[in-house]
Amino acid sequence: MSTLVSTVQTGFEVDKVREDFPVLKQKVHGKPLVYLDNAATAQKPLAVIAAIRKFYEVDCANIHRGVHELSQRSTAAYEQTRIKVKQFVNARAKNELIFVRGSTEGINLVASSWGRKCVKTGDEIVVSAMEHHSNIVPWQMLCEEKGARLRVIPIDDRGELLMEEYVKLLGPRTRMVAVTHVSNALGTVNPVREIVELAHKAGALTLIDGAQAAPHMKVDVQALDADFYAFSGHKMFGPTGIGVLFGKAKLLNAMPPYQGGGDMIRTVTFEKTTYNELPYKFEAGTPNIAGGIGLGAAVDYVNRVGLDKIAAYEHELLIYGTAALLQVPGLRLIGTAREKAAVLSFVMEGIHPHDIGTVLDRMGIAVRTGHHCAQPVMDRFGVPATTRASLAFYNTMAEIDALAAGLRKVKEMFA
Amino acid sequence: MVDDLYQELILDHSKRPRNCHPMEGANRHAEGFNPLCGDKLQLYLNVENGIVRDASFMGSGCAISTASASLMTESLKGKTREEAIRLLDKFHDLLTTDTPAAKDLGKLVVFCGVRDYPARVKCATLAWHTLRSALEGVDAPVTTE
Repeated sequence: MSTLVSTVQTGFEVDKVREDFPVLKQKVHGKPLVYLDNAATAQKPLAVIAAIRKFYEVDCANIHRGVHELSQRSTAAYEQTRIKVKQFVNARAKNELIFVRGSTEGINLVASSWGRKCVKTGDEIVVSAMEHHSNIVPWQMLCEEKGARLRVIPIDDRGELLMEEYVKLLGPRTRMVAVTHVSNALGTVNPVREIVELAHKAGALTLIDGAQAAPHMKVDVQALDADFYAFSGHKMFGPTGIGVLFGKAKLLNAMPPYQGGGDMIRTVTFEKTTYNELPYKFEAGTPNIAGGIGLGAAVDYVNRVGLDKIAAYEHELLIYGTAALLQVPGLRLIGTAREKAAVLSFVMEGIHPHDIGTVLDRMGIAVRTGHHCAQPVMDRFGVPATTRASLAFYNTMAEIDALAAGLRKVKEMFA
Repeated sequence: MVDDLYQELILDHSKRPRNCHPMEGANRHAEGFNPLCGDKLQLYLNVENGIVRDASFMGSGCAISTASASLMTESLKGKTREEAIRLLDKFHDLLTTDTPAAKDLGKLVVFCGVRDYPARVKCATLAWHTLRSALEGVDAPVTTE
């Protein structure tokens, strides 16, 4: 069986890891669930579900406040995640990691706090043509407010950044370069180290949207030298509503708070408030405590499986999936970058993605259809929408075979 | 089964849509857009003395939205404005309620399967929302940009 082939090639025991994900054991419309929508959200292993359950059953209390036992336990568990995340992305210190709702809030925090203080009329913010709306709109809003200009790095037909065009965009007015590490719509893995280095030479800061990278590859914020790096818990097998913004401490210290409230203050009088130290300055109000603890369990889980093994196996799935889909008549892949994550975005001649998605769903196969919150990418490729199969390490080659067979059925129905 | 949704008549109209062309001499025009899926639709009507003399559409969409627009334009011809609005309401009920299909829906009952696919209701109703805005517009030559 093809599943066995993968086991032989990378030594990755996919059948064993699938046991960790209860959601995968169900049938949908009478067929075994084939979950290929991991770029939207990933499924949760038992370890994450158990950690959240334990918090609510045993340790539930607010954090950073009480002297009582439960409050101390919940504070310790929540802060333990910060240490785990620090190691996970190799930050210098744990106070460089701010808990947010997800990548979107992380980007908004920087655009709002750093942007309001540091961006002036005539300044420029650089994004790329493959950004998710969450890494376009906050900058657009900032530019509108400040009279600054949004510049866009174009991409080629493969879905790769045109680096020579990027260099031309950089100048004395560039304040920030905000690009994605991995494109959610195309799968492109961007040369982030090089992008950051060029931005720094031009005197600009960098924010990397790591939502699609963190679950699939080793991220080292020090090696990348990124000034800010944002990612979401739910895409890396953790809960929804929790994410992380990494920022270099000296930048975060110089930035004004994002939101005001409890926990972010040191002293409050009606005349003046002094702010708490990092990272609490940016964490107003009771946070998503259960989510934070669940994220810690997700980090542990991913470390246990091993990101190197995950990346190798997913690459194998990508190669297999690319070959399988290209054999489907009339199918065209959107996003064929040389460096790619396991995302297969495609169109089929004369067949709308929504019809593809509905027919596949009735076969138990979950894919995403639409613009993937990246309308400029759709415009660039001249398509209104695509169908996207995005893979995770619990997917199998047999599931890719099921997808290809499903697409042949779609072709028969609508051709 | 998925065949309940994609019945033969729907597949036929999606592959070979009727009245799918811009209209010379249209006096009502409206544009429909579904931002969720990017589907766009232009609807053209020729309404004289309160009667829909001709109807056509242009657009890009899924099989459900294309077939819905195609069958809608077929069923509109010869109807009064009021009859067209009543048909619109009955079609909407067909997709969103459990009430039995109205008898005078004719071929349009083929869309009854859509109610089991809540994510697809908007695909089937795009043309009809566009119809409402075309009928509520004023008699004026269509501006072609």
